[in-house]
Amino acid sequence: MIQGIQIELISADRLANLTSMEKIRTILDSVMLGNIVVLEQGLTPDEQSLLVERTMMEIRPGGFSGIEMETYPGKEAEKGGIFARLFQGKKPKGRMTVIGPAGQLKMLKIERDRLVAWASLSSVR
Amino acid sequence: MFTRARKRLSRFFQSVFRRKRSRIGIYGPPNAGKTTLANRIVRDCSGDAIGPVSEIPHETRRARRREDVVITGANGNTLTLDIVDTPGVTTKIDYHDFLEYGLEQDEAITRAREATEGVAEAMHWLREDINGVIYVMDSTLDPFLQVNIMMVGIIESRDLPVLIVANKTDLPDAAPSRIKSAFPQHPVISVSGLEGTNMEELYDLMTEHFG
Repeated sequence: MIQGIQIELISADRLANLTSMEKIRTILDSVMLGNIVVLEQGLTPDEQSLLVERTMMEIRPGGFSGIEMETYPGKEAEKGGIFARLFQGKKPKGRMTVIGPAGQLKMLKIERDRLVAWASLSSVR
Repeated sequence: MFTRARKRLSRFFQSVFRRKRSRIGIYGPPNAGKTTLANRIVRDCSGDAIGPVSEIPHETRRARRREDVVITGANGNTLTLDIVDTPGVTTKIDYHDFLEYGLEQDEAITRAREATEGVAEAMHWLREDINGVIYVMDSTLDPFLQVNIMMVGIIESRDLPVLIVANKTDLPDAAPSRIKSAFPQHPVISVSGLEGTNMEELYDLMTEHFG
């Protein structure tokens, strides 16, 4: 039997059709099954806040212990925060985001335009 | 009728003259020294403490609010705030991590369960009840932790005034300049909450930013 990790790539189009809570549920349901989820376009800050809150509610001793999440910082981070975004008249858009079960996903390298992740078949502490 | 009119008048005057106090949340990852800093601020300003501290992560598992803390800057400005010390924000909590600090399994499981509730509570406070943030980072660690990037993004998206505190400058490998380079868009101040170093400058900044 082939053993491995399922990787789920979710397109920006599909995400755009989901409500915030549907996005959070889709991500958490998949990650809790041990999958790694890659979002073509990440979550808004409010959705990230909600994801952390919902993740905490799902943690069980000896079971699901949370998530590992990484978004490469990208150009927005270099341009500054809220003021840069205000003056550019843009709403902050999430960038490609990788989310996986804590202990099974580890980020090795995070650069402006590159993420290198390492995934384990079983939980490593 | 007279009573009703008096009540209406009273409500009108209350709404006009009541000055809403700002609630300033102290946020950051676990073990960044949030409670040590909160204790320092509250002690300096009211002679009391806000909560216990520990080297074991997630010692603070409930948001604690101290009302009417009067901050006085060296510039002579004063400001009355509510200080809210919050549990460390993280995306993962595993009770096994607490066993390494010598806790019994039952104690570790309880701590983990309370910590998850605390983090959820802290996020809720940030969305609903906080008017400004002191974001605390351990200046001996890499500032580009995902939790820091995420939290600063959330704070910015809510247009909350924020001061970033590069804490633990008493430690030999502290490098607050890394935090300043990582978040150039926000005021960053180096302090040691433990030793009380540079607190006057923090109070000056607080009166300027949260006033």
